Amino acid sequence: MPDRAKAADPKLLEVLVCPLTKAPLEYDADKQELISRQAKLAFPIREGIPIMLVDEARKLD
Amino acid sequence: MNNPARIFDRNLLRQRRDRAAASIGDFDFLLQDVAERLCDRLDVVKKQFPLMLDLGGGHGVLSKRLLAREGTQSVISTDISLRMAKQSPALSVVADEEMLPFRFGSLDAIISNLSLQWVNDLPGALVQIRQALKADGLFMAAVLGGESLKELRQSLMQAELNMTGGVSPRVSPFIDLRDMGALLQRGGFALPVVDADIITVDYSSPLKLMQDLRGMGASNATVSRLMKPTRRSVLAEAARLYSEKFATPAGRVPATFQIIYAIGWSPHDSQQKPLKPGTAQVRLADALKTEEKSAGDKAQP
Repeated sequence: MPDRAKAADPKLLEVLVCPLTKAPLEYDADKQELISRQAKLAFPIREGIPIMLVDEARKLD
Repeated sequence: MNNPARIFDRNLLRQRRDRAAASIGDFDFLLQDVAERLCDRLDVVKKQFPLMLDLGGGHGVLSKRLLAREGTQSVISTDISLRMAKQSPALSVVADEEMLPFRFGSLDAIISNLSLQWVNDLPGALVQIRQALKADGLFMAAVLGGESLKELRQSLMQAELNMTGGVSPRVSPFIDLRDMGALLQRGGFALPVVDADIITVDYSSPLKLMQDLRGMGASNATVSRLMKPTRRSVLAEAARLYSEKFATPAGRVPATFQIIYAIGWSPHDSQQKPLKPGTAQVRLADALKTEEKSAGDKAQP
């Protein structure tokens, strides 16, 4: 289970977009991931810090 | 997509910053000093910025100050290194300055303290910065300029030449003051202002300076650097040349840091603009309280 206290700040989620496409992201609270549908990438959130690096993102099919 | 020349190895930079993160507090005097100077410039701006971004904010030297500024509601800080980002008191994001993850028109101000000198595509980064700002949003950055570490650059080059008969890039190439203003304009910023100052730091020895640069996570990350460690004899020779050429009578060695400050605004109708030619309401001669004299040639109708 992800630590709720360490979830990403809503203020932050409001302004973050995909670094590749600049399109909006979907927030998966359970997996603590930010999903870019267009780029087919899931950016992880670790200890409340979104990791917006393409190299670190999980590729989606 | 255009592919500008890669000068800096961003992955290596990330590793260097990760490694430097644990003890960065011992090596952040330059960051502290320049953050203070950035805030002096910010104090002159009589505008409040509720949502600010500290771009490449490391462990939060600038964020701490931005959070204390009047009118600030939130500060977001990015760094390419997670270990750095974790230490910031701001809302942290791991992001690459070359690929910003911020919504167009979402931020009131973007301030950057000594991070943009390691960006490969600075024009591209500036466009992304301008797009992320709200209309009439402020961009202010301090970057290392081309005069930085000139003593080290010369000494290493001469040492390598003496010991191996060739040279390789040892110190990052930094931006020229003259280019910065042009880049701001090219990036679409209104009312661009650029200035620079020099900070000279005295070290007990050249090796202490090199240690410090590593401590700052600022050692050479150029793509074309030598892929093997520098020979001890080259470093020793560089240290000798450095002391010989630059040491003060007291035996200390100076290191020059040139800091370039770039300020620009995302365009807005309220900003002052030059009038269209031919729309003047007052003659220049009247404004200057002088008599208009013909330059000789009369325009032919």
